[in-house]
Parts: sequence; C-alpha cells; structure tokens
Amino acid sequence: MAEAPTHNTEDYLRMYRQMVRIRAFEDTANQLYLSAKMPGLTHMYSGQEAVAVGICAALTDDDRITSTHRGHGHCVAKGGDLKTMFCELLGKAEGYCRGKGGSMHIADQSHGNLGANAIVGGSMGIATGAALTAKLRETGHVAVCFFGDGATAQGLLYEVMNMAALWRLPVIYACENNGYSEYTRTEEIAAGSLTARAEAFGIEAHRVDGQDVLAVNALARDLVERARRGEGPFFVELETYRYHGHHVGDINRDYYRSKDEEAEWKRVRDPIVNFGTWLEAEGIVSADELVAIGEAVKDEAAQAVAHAEAAEYPPGSEVDMHVYKGVDHALAYI
Amino acid sequence: MSRETTLSKAVNEAIAEEMRRDPTVFLLGEDVAEAGTPFKVLSGLVEEFGTGRVIDTPISEPGFVGIAVGAAMTGTRPIVDLMFGDFLYLVMDQLCNQAAKSYYMSGGKLNVPMVLRTNMGATRRSAAQHSQSLQALVAHIPGLKVAMPSSAYEAKGLMKTAIRDDNPVVIFEDKLMYQDKAPVPEEEYLIPFGEAAIKREGGDITLIGTSSMVQVALKAAEALSAEGISAEVIDPRTLVPLDEETLVRSVKKTSRAIVIDEGHRNYGVTGEIAARLNERAFYHLDAPVLRFGAMDVPVPFSPALEDLTVPTPEAVAQAARTLCRGELIHAA
Ligand SMILES: Cc1ncc(C[n+]2csc(CCOP(=O)(O)OP(=O)(O)O)c2C)c(N)n1
Ligand SMILES: [Mg+2]
Repeated sequence: MAEAPTHNTEDYLRMYRQMVRIRAFEDTANQLYLSAKMPGLTHMYSGQEAVAVGICAALTDDDRITSTHRGHGHCVAKGGDLKTMFCELLGKAEGYCRGKGGSMHIADQSHGNLGANAIVGGSMGIATGAALTAKLRETGHVAVCFFGDGATAQGLLYEVMNMAALWRLPVIYACENNGYSEYTRTEEIAAGSLTARAEAFGIEAHRVDGQDVLAVNALARDLVERARRGEGPFFVELETYRYHGHHVGDINRDYYRSKDEEAEWKRVRDPIVNFGTWLEAEGIVSADELVAIGEAVKDEAAQAVAHAEAAEYPPGSEVDMHVYKGVDHALAYI
Repeated sequence: MSRETTLSKAVNEAIAEEMRRDPTVFLLGEDVAEAGTPFKVLSGLVEEFGTGRVIDTPISEPGFVGIAVGAAMTGTRPIVDLMFGDFLYLVMDQLCNQAAKSYYMSGGKLNVPMVLRTNMGATRRSAAQHSQSLQALVAHIPGLKVAMPSSAYEAKGLMKTAIRDDNPVVIFEDKLMYQDKAPVPEEEYLIPFGEAAIKREGGDITLIGTSSMVQVALKAAEALSAEGISAEVIDPRTLVPLDEETLVRSVKKTSRAIVIDEGHRNYGVTGEIAARLNERAFYHLDAPVLRFGAMDVPVPFSPALEDLTVPTPEAVAQAARTLCRGELIHAA
C-alpha cells in the first residue's frame, strides 16, 4: 500500500465500501447472466475496482467522467445507485436510461457520468469536450476519460490529446491497462510506451499500480487539483487486471490467458483484500467491521436486483420517445 | 425592411447575432478564426468574439466533432465548421453513433445541442472528394436534424433556429451559392424546422427541390410556363423534419411530381420523398413521381464530364413535359 495521504477514517471506509459495492454488483450481474435473466451480454469490472474508486473519490458530482463498455465500476464509483443500475441492465423503465441504453450505455447525469460507450475509444472526444466547457465557462470542473489499453489504438485519442494539450484543458486521460483487449495481449497491439505517447504532446504522464486504491487516489487528488488550476491535461496509465472473461460469456479462455495468471493476480493483488488488510493493520477498522460492510453490501445488492427483477418494462409507447429533445414522439415528427 | 445580402453574409449574421444573444454559443473548426474559413463565411467573427469563442482547430475532424459533442452535453452550444461536406465520412462515429444517439441512449437525459455546418454541391471543378452532396447519409440517422437552405434568406433563418435547437443539427450550404444574393429582412427572424416554402404556385405539376435545386426547379418552371404548363415549386427547407403535409397537399392538387436533390439519386433524398408521396397521395397521382439527383458516379473533374452529372433546368423541364402530356413511356 502506498503511503496514506491525509485522509480520515470516513474517506477510507467510503472507498473500501465502494469497491465492495462494485464487486457485489458484478457478482450479482454475472449471476443474472448465468441464470439467463439478463438480456444481452455484459463486461465485468471485477478486479479493477481500485481504479474507478481511487479516481472518482477525488471528484465532485459536478466533475464529469466518460466511461466504457466495462463501465459498471465507473458508474458506482461516481455515485450511481445499484437499484437504478440493475433496472437498466434488465431493460426496465426505472433504469438510468429508461432501459434504452443497457449495460453498455449507462449514463448517470446527476452524478456527472456522461455515459458508458460501446464504441471502443468513442468517448474520448466527449470527455475532452466536457473539459472545454469547463474552460470556456470557467466552472473549475474537471473531466476524466476512462478507457482501456485497447482503446489506445484509436486515432481519436491522439487527435483529442493534441487539442487538450494545445488548449490546456482540465481533462485526465485514465488508461486502464488490464493487459488485454478482448482476447489479445496488450504487447501485441501497443508499440512502445503508452505514457510516452502522451508525453510526446507535452502531457505529463504517470504510471500507477491500479490495484492500490490509496496510490491511485493520491495521484488522482493531486492531478485533479492541478487540473482545476489550469495545469492539465494529464495522462495516467493504471496497471490493473480483469478477473472475468472479456464479457460474461467468455468462459473458456485458456487459449489467451492462463488460469495460473488469473489466480496469481487474485491471490497477491486483489484491491479489496489488500486495502482491507491495510485498514486492519493500521488499526483503522476491525476485521468484524469489514465483514459487516461486506454483509451490508450483499444485502443492498440482493435487494436492488430483486427490485429490478420485479420492476416494470417501459411501455411500448416509449420506443420513439427521447429521439429528439422537445419532441414527444419522433415518428410523428420526422 | 429588407436588403439584398449574400448567402455567405447571411450565415455570418445569423451566427454573430446568436453569439451576441447567447454566451454559450461558440465556433470550432479548421481556419475559422483569422481566416474566416476558406470560403470567408466567418470573416470578422473572431475580431468581435475573440479566439476563446472562435476556435481554430488542428485538422482533426473526428476529434473536434467529438469535442463539440462533449461540450454540447455539458452546457454549451458549439457550432462545428466542417470545411467540406465530403469530410462527413471522417466524422461518422462521432456524429452518428455519439451525437445522434446520446439523448435516446440516456433515456432523455443527455442532449447534444450542436450545429454542424458544412457544404455540398458540384460543378466547382473540385473532383470527387470536394463535390459531394451527402445529406442523405445523415438524414438517414434518427436523432439528427438536417437543414438545406436554398437562399440567403433561408440560410439565416434556418441557422438561427439550428443554433437554438436542443438537438444535433446538420446544415448543408451549397458552396456555389455563397455569393448569391437574396432579400433578407433587416429585423430578426427565424425559420421553423419542418415548414416547407412554396416558391412558386402552379397547378399542373409539383417540382420539389432542395438547396440549389430550388433554382433549377424555378428555371424549369419558367420555361414550362411559356408552354402553358404551370409548375408549383416547393422547397422543403429541412429534410428532417420533413413537411410532408405541404408536399402531399401540392401533389394532390397537381397530380404529378418531380423531386430534385443534388445527392446521388440511388438510395437518396429524392427516393425517400417520392416514396412518401406514393404512400400518401397514390390515388391522386396521374404519373409516377420522378427523381433527379447527381448521376450515380463519383464526381468527375473534367468540366466536360462534371456538367453531365448534375440535374439541369432543361432536363427537369423535359421530364415535366413528358409527365404533363402523359407521354412517359415505360420500357416493356
Ligand atoms: C470501435 C470498436 N471496435 C471494436 C469493438 C469490439 N470490442 C469491444 S471491447 C473490445 C476490447 C477493448 O479493449 P480495452 O480497450 O483494453 O478494454 P477492456 O475490454 O480491456 O476493458 C473490442 C475490440 C468495439 N466495441 N468498438
Ligand atoms: Mg484492456
């Protein structure tokens, strides 16, 4: 664990709890898939919790993030509510997007989450644009763009990093390097160094252990404050690991990733276990308190998913709503 | 009161007025500031509004369109300048997957009030990658609105409406019309979307033209009137939304229609309008609805070839004659 910054117990517990909530959400979502209750597929964030939580804990609700196809963790970490999220995953009317987006498009505007994106790299412009708004309107807000190692192969990243650097925008490019894009190792798709690419634009770049929530949070708090002062943009590569397959249906994956490798990450570098151990060792919480948090979160997730399963689907009349703002039903308009 | 103004000046005025009215409106694109774009449409704006609101970008079309989407989602109203309509292909993901779908995918929470202004139109001897009219491409995508001004008057009124719209709007200006003048009111006005304009009244045939094709239709109508054929000319002004009522009403009256748009004919705007007329006015029609568009070839460079690819008043008038005289002959 990195050196503890000036946190109080409440901050630590909030971060711990948020990581546990993400894990519980994903475990429950995986069960929904395995029991054929969830339409479509979904990409699990388990293993990467310290990235989303460490960064989002440094942000306010007015700071914006953009998320990815592997976005449940970002949504929870930015303040999302499990019930509303499960409703969205099941296509229910109470979902964040009234069931129109699903897992890959969850957006939670009330907490500054501008949305997950099913186009790899598709939200890099959006995050940069949110930072442009912050600069033009002098709001003091910051934008964080989450994306995977695979997304660094998209040209859009280099276009927007160039503009962000030219215009000194308050945006942080957070590259979650989990070692794989789909079924391909990062070494096979990324030449040279990812941080050096950002540095070529004059962007200050960092590498950090993405399994260490304190290290991530300490770096994020520093960069967010500096970005607010106009010292951005920044680039951060977070070394992390996804525990599940690329998506919930990716079960037999020996051909691209060994079971030994997966077991080793879980055994040695689990972000929740390690942070829990540290909290205990520092005397911040007791083992019993950690267990109690785990139990409470499990209940929360169980209630949330039960609610979502019982919730109503949107009525068919909503199918052509929300196509255009200011137009009730698009089919009667276009 | 009105005065004659060029289309270029009309666009410039619309943007300047809206930027004065609303501090969240800003411009973004290549060479929009000091250069005022290669067509000089935006000249003078950076002097009034500064480089903070008239922002020159690198040559990164997907990048700056994406940035506009994010800016629009978070409380500003960007006007993106896409130097040539042909560059739409470069920005398709940001425009069609992101801007167009954000409001829907978020269940009505994240709207994108941005304008993408670009151009269209051949016969500038600019060859295949600077001459296309790609409005059908974006009109196909739910979530986008599409405006096609046919004169300085429309250019100003539609631009002001576009800037105030809470959705992504793509405006196509015909790059050969920038210096064309038309009467433009001195006082402020807006042109609502989805309201076609009847540019000339007539009873024998309806000529529906978009953008510069309105002039083609008007010239054809003039030629026809000398022969006793009275053509009605209608400008839909916006493709999305489309004022179906005005078009259908006219066709019910005239029983014949020709649709003219400078995009490629196949799978295009004209086919869409013809299909809607068939659906809504079939039993009123005395002849099939005909379509005129750009020839279905890449736009050639040589003037000898390029001029063959665009609809002309002569060709439209000739087709109208055959329809009105009941002479349209189908191949067996
Ligand atoms: C433009 C685009 N290309 C391909 C895909 C299919 N796809 C979905 S996720 C993915 C891998 C992304 O890898 P990475 O960015 O590392 O994110 P991770 O899945 O590891 O979180 C691919 C290829 C897509 N959704 N969008
Ligand atoms: Mg990856």
